[in-house]
Amino acid sequence: MPKVMSVNPTQWCGQSVERVEDAALLTGRGRFIDDLGVKPGTLFAAILRSPHAHARIAAIRADDARKLPGVAAVLTGPDVTRLSASLVVGVKAPIECWPIAVDRVRYVGEPVAVVVAASRYVAEDAIDLIEVDYEPLAAVVDPEQTLDPAQPVLHDGLKSNLASERAFRYGDPEHAFASAARRVSVTIRYPRNSCTPMETYGLVAEYDAAEDAYDVLANFMGPFSLHAVMARALKVPGNRFRLRTPPDSGGSFGVKQGVFPYIVLMGVAARATGRPVKWIEDRLEHLAASVSATNRVTTLEAAVDADGRVRALAWDQLEDVGAHIRAPEPATLYRMHGNLTGAYDIRNVSVRNRVVLTNKTPTGLNRGFGGPQVYYALERLMQRIAVELALDPVDVIRRNLIPSGAFPYRTATGALLDSGDYMKAFEAALADGQFAELRERQQKARAEGRLYGIGVVAAVEPSVSNMGYITTALTPEERRKAGPKNGAQATATISLDPLGSVSVHVSSVPQGQGHRTVLSQIVADELGLKPADIRVVTDFDSARDAWSIASGNYSSRFAAAVGGAAKLATDKIKAKLARMAAAQLNVGPDDIEFAAGKVRARGNPDNAVPFSRLAATSHWSPGLVPEENQALRETAFWSPPELTPPTEGDEVNSSLCHGFIFDFCGIDIDRVTGAIRIDKYVTMHDCGRILHPGMVAGQVTGGFAHAVGAAMYEEYAYGEDGSFLTGTFADYLVPTTMEVPEPVILHVETPSPFTPLGTKGVGEGNCMSTPVCLANAVADALNIDSIDLPLTPAKIAAHIHDAERAPPKAQATAPLAGKGRALRGSGEARVNVPPETVWRMLLDPKTLEAIIPGAHGVEKVADTHFRAEVTLGVGPVTGRYKADIKLSDLDAPRAVTLTGVVNGALGDARGAGRIKLTPVEGGTQVTYDYDAEIGGKVASIGGRLLDGAAKVVIKQFFAALVRHTGGAKPGLFARLFGRGA
Amino acid sequence: MPRLSADARHTIRFTLNGRAVEAQAEPRMLLTDFLRHELGATGTHVGCEHGVCGACTIEIDGATARACLTLAVQIDGANIRTVEGLAPEPGRLSVLQEAFRRHHALQCGFCTAGILMSLDNYFRRKPDPSEDDLRDFLGGHLCRCTGYVPILAAAMDAAKRLREAPTDA
Amino acid sequence: MKPARFDYIRAGDIAEAHTALAECGKDARVIAGGQTLMPMLSMRLVRPKVLIDIMHLPALRKIEASGNDIRIGAAVRQAELMAWPDLRDSLPLLKAALPWVGHAQTRSRGTVCGSVAHADPSAEIPLSLLALDGAVELSTRRGKRRVAANEFFTGMMSTTRADNELIEAVLIPKSQACTGYAFQEFGRRHGDFAIVACAAVATDKSIRLAVGGVADKPTLRDWPALDGTALTDALDAFAWELDARDDLHATARYRRELVRQMGLATIEEARKCRA
Ligand code: FES
Ligand code: FES
Repeated sequence: MPKVMSVNPTQWCGQSVERVEDAALLTGRGRFIDDLGVKPGTLFAAILRSPHAHARIAAIRADDARKLPGVAAVLTGPDVTRLSASLVVGVKAPIECWPIAVDRVRYVGEPVAVVVAASRYVAEDAIDLIEVDYEPLAAVVDPEQTLDPAQPVLHDGLKSNLASERAFRYGDPEHAFASAARRVSVTIRYPRNSCTPMETYGLVAEYDAAEDAYDVLANFMGPFSLHAVMARALKVPGNRFRLRTPPDSGGSFGVKQGVFPYIVLMGVAARATGRPVKWIEDRLEHLAASVSATNRVTTLEAAVDADGRVRALAWDQLEDVGAHIRAPEPATLYRMHGNLTGAYDIRNVSVRNRVVLTNKTPTGLNRGFGGPQVYYALERLMQRIAVELALDPVDVIRRNLIPSGAFPYRTATGALLDSGDYMKAFEAALADGQFAELRERQQKARAEGRLYGIGVVAAVEPSVSNMGYITTALTPEERRKAGPKNGAQATATISLDPLGSVSVHVSSVPQGQGHRTVLSQIVADELGLKPADIRVVTDFDSARDAWSIASGNYSSRFAAAVGGAAKLATDKIKAKLARMAAAQLNVGPDDIEFAAGKVRARGNPDNAVPFSRLAATSHWSPGLVPEENQALRETAFWSPPELTPPTEGDEVNSSLCHGFIFDFCGIDIDRVTGAIRIDKYVTMHDCGRILHPGMVAGQVTGGFAHAVGAAMYEEYAYGEDGSFLTGTFADYLVPTTMEVPEPVILHVETPSPFTPLGTKGVGEGNCMSTPVCLANAVADALNIDSIDLPLTPAKIAAHIHDAERAPPKAQATAPLAGKGRALRGSGEARVNVPPETVWRMLLDPKTLEAIIPGAHGVEKVADTHFRAEVTLGVGPVTGRYKADIKLSDLDAPRAVTLTGVVNGALGDARGAGRIKLTPVEGGTQVTYDYDAEIGGKVASIGGRLLDGAAKVVIKQFFAALVRHTGGAKPGLFARLFGRGA
Repeated sequence: MPRLSADARHTIRFTLNGRAVEAQAEPRMLLTDFLRHELGATGTHVGCEHGVCGACTIEIDGATARACLTLAVQIDGANIRTVEGLAPEPGRLSVLQEAFRRHHALQCGFCTAGILMSLDNYFRRKPDPSEDDLRDFLGGHLCRCTGYVPILAAAMDAAKRLREAPTDA
Repeated sequence: MKPARFDYIRAGDIAEAHTALAECGKDARVIAGGQTLMPMLSMRLVRPKVLIDIMHLPALRKIEASGNDIRIGAAVRQAELMAWPDLRDSLPLLKAALPWVGHAQTRSRGTVCGSVAHADPSAEIPLSLLALDGAVELSTRRGKRRVAANEFFTGMMSTTRADNELIEAVLIPKSQACTGYAFQEFGRRHGDFAIVACAAVATDKSIRLAVGGVADKPTLRDWPALDGTALTDALDAFAWELDARDDLHATARYRRELVRQMGLATIEEARKCRA
């Protein structure tokens, strides 16, 4: 290929040009999935979801729902298993993974039934009419507890909840630890959170019975390796599963990978009804059941020299993927495998990786993907090394950074760090970010008695994932059997139309990152055109576009991989055009340049042909052009050779590019509230060559905001019983302008030698570095050795507030409250009848009917077993429930245990109370204590209501008991119950 | 006193971006669904349907409102403005929209319509806000892409330009 | 997340609202600004058969002086009260509390009385009403009654309003001479439910502290003009009496501590602005 130089008066790359995407988005003319019309006859789906974390499905009664006018179908597990196959599971284990519960639910929010109806409103009406009998099973939510043999096993095919375990060894960690001057370790519990894009999942699925083919439009983001997973699940070859994406998508951050099980589910619904089916996830569904990042328990130990130089690391990672190990998991755990030594030159590493299942939502892609979990451990450890060795944390980092000039640098675990000068970037950040001044600020603040802390963090930000890294979860033998997997095939197509204008097609599936703008810059630079001359199409169509399993918008691959492929495609077409032009202009192809909309002879700008005329030639006069020079459409495929499969020694170059980040911050903690104020945050990035500074800044500030959320506000919280507690945006707290300060952003640019444009990813780094930077600052401010996320005021204040004085005597029996939605309490009452009378009443349906709040009829099943219909509520929130009450441990007439299960559309509760009757003068002293767990819809979305509700109901029960026995002495009742419980 | 029956669709007449329009809705239909799916005004987005994210913010009778917390039947006779009515003419952007583009104050653009509607209303009431005012005011919106920094910058810039050339909407 | 079916009545005058309430009783919900009711409808936590819209009644849209009270009609939006020119002089506590109510974008629709009707234990307006000895004006076809705030709120989202009663207005006593008012709140984010909210009223002879976000309704205590350990002891006892619970956002212990410390700070602020 002749070398063609383009000498452009303007270089578009490197400029913050206005985005081509914006005019439509700013005027309300975006084309998001729910903005596009649907075919006549399209049906709308709603999903009934499990209120239980773990239960057997005994029966589903959906006849009333099916009879509701407007309802086309109700699908349950058996319908789905009949028409599809299980989703592929990421580890070698005899377990299945369906997009809907089959016989058993394993997390709150798991689909149990799908209603397809004339509108979403009617579909939700029908959902209300479905009755499900659940037999609750014990649930386990803690990744350490789930390994206890006493805990329930989630999947019948497994012997325990351990789905995968591997151990790795690099260098000579045993020797390093044996000979180390010091050993320092941390144990961290990284919580669950999610980047919750503002647009939820959405899709329209169609099935063509004549061709046995599916056509799905969904705001899926890739990776398209999942195309294969979906096609297999739908039991069609890949060419009969057409997957398209809408032109606009309202953010993803990894999360929209998780729409894929719903694509299968709604594909089945479309097939079952013979009509297109549209489903738009609502926010409650999204929070409860889309995907979340993994939670992880990590113990990390370092072998350290006396000066803070780290000689070895020992990782023990316990990864919690939730109820199913759904593709592409356990990728979160292995994405960082090549980078377990961070930005440091550490040659000896041991790793133990375990993946466990718990009764929580299955996990998946989420911005940072494995990075936040790894860096939280690694950088907390570096801070602890500094504290324990009485060193400055900045010096500990300096001493361990990979030295300048060592690039490309092969890490102990196999990553090939492409380029960088970490030391230079680090020193530049300290100087330009005015670290010394921050230290002074801290000293001053401390002198004033304020709690002021500084955090520092260094990190390597990987981008462009090696599609083979996930196979590190397999043993070398298993890998040999399965065949090697590797690479990161990127594609781009450039085409010329009969008017000579340029179109570019890519399968990068942007979710707001301005891919169309950047690609127009890249191509315009190459062809001597303006970005406005280039039209970029990013809505994806698997039946039209060039794509591979690596396509999609993840692992920050766009600028490096897709941008690079676009350049290569342009180079190809440009070479052909240059040859064509050379023939017309009578110069050699090497003397052709593309500039100012012309293709011209270098040094003689008048000897030129307009670009569009030349570009149209192969349409109008192919006869003038020799076949090999026809320039109509070119596609480039690019996969970097550096991305090789894992070696026999389990070394893996898990990513192609590696940016460098160095962050530091100063924070101030309020002594009364424990609230953190971020005083200053500096973030230094080396992300290679920068194509669009405005967008790079946007990636940094956007990632930073996610990180502030993860650090201080956001958590997908679960009760001990597996109930989900953060089901609305009132409880899952996404930071706003009020919570996110403006970081100081610094850059150095070291181009990557491995990518066509020298670019690297930049979008995920702050999600990795910022949470731990803030945590390090908090640990510094409070002088504490361990702290987990999120850094809530109550958690922080527990380290500040003085020990509490004992309560004044009157409050000694104040009810205790358990964790999550578990409630405990106790109380007492005095009644005017002897214990025997009270005893009889407790065993009598008539009396029970009178004293159970809201009871509509009590049915006696056995002497000690009753069923009742009850209406319960708090204020306006009332619902009808079925109650099942059993009496046990009878000790007539002294004590009895009352066990109740209450079930209804708004939730369910299980509780037990021990009631004791003691004869006293003139009557009976009734004392009780109770223990209740509340789950289901109300627990997820209105947790605040529940404590009140439980209190009110129990209070009403005993008040009614007192009333029914003829009352208590005046005044006494008020005194006993006035305090609640 | 008319009682609109739950099962029937009722005609709702109102003004949308200066034009009289009418369409039908059941009493329970949310204004977001009504605008988007009955009238095709899909610029107003739905991010949470419980009033927290602000994506659906529009203007009803001169005051900002969460369209997801409003029923279609409630706006009979009202004057509604949505993002589709912000630009002075097709192919041109308002000062505020221009500022958002210049400052890269949007990425996916899903939250943007609500934020624009909020700010458009705010600047008419308070043309000279401080950055703290704006932070507090924008606290009623969630954006997951931008980290808010460019949104604040665009808002400050737009306020300034609107003060300098107030006639140019 | 779509509401279940209901009929909709747009009341043309107060009598129509009364009639509708008399006929539908507990099957009806009144909708005003809808900022709290609407999410509950969409989540199907609340399923009325009839919704009665009272936002088109000019008679309810007034803020007026009535004797020693300011009477705020049921259709007055929070933003309208915030913009009321006499707010600073007449209701300084509300002036301080209103910016904490939701966000500008919800205050522009949400009503003052709607917040009172909803009786959220962490809401700012019920707390202020209680702290100021305000009252709620309830009416039916047959007549009106006035219920003092300390009798109106009975628990989590529960009040003494009867099913056929319309909240027509709230009555809030005007600020008194030589009395200081202060409001402080702490939440996870600005605009969130308060973890603890404090409203204080201080004269040279008395202190009053009302606390929201802790018990299942806003709760107040009156003390003589205590100082020093007498005051901190009183606050400690109050903190325990509120029967705080652990939840997702804070522990009981944390809430008690904020009642002690923020309560004290609020009282001090009220004393300072007494002049
Ligand atoms: S969709 Fe209305 S506020 Fe979120
Ligand atoms: S630009 Fe995507 S949510 Fe704001």
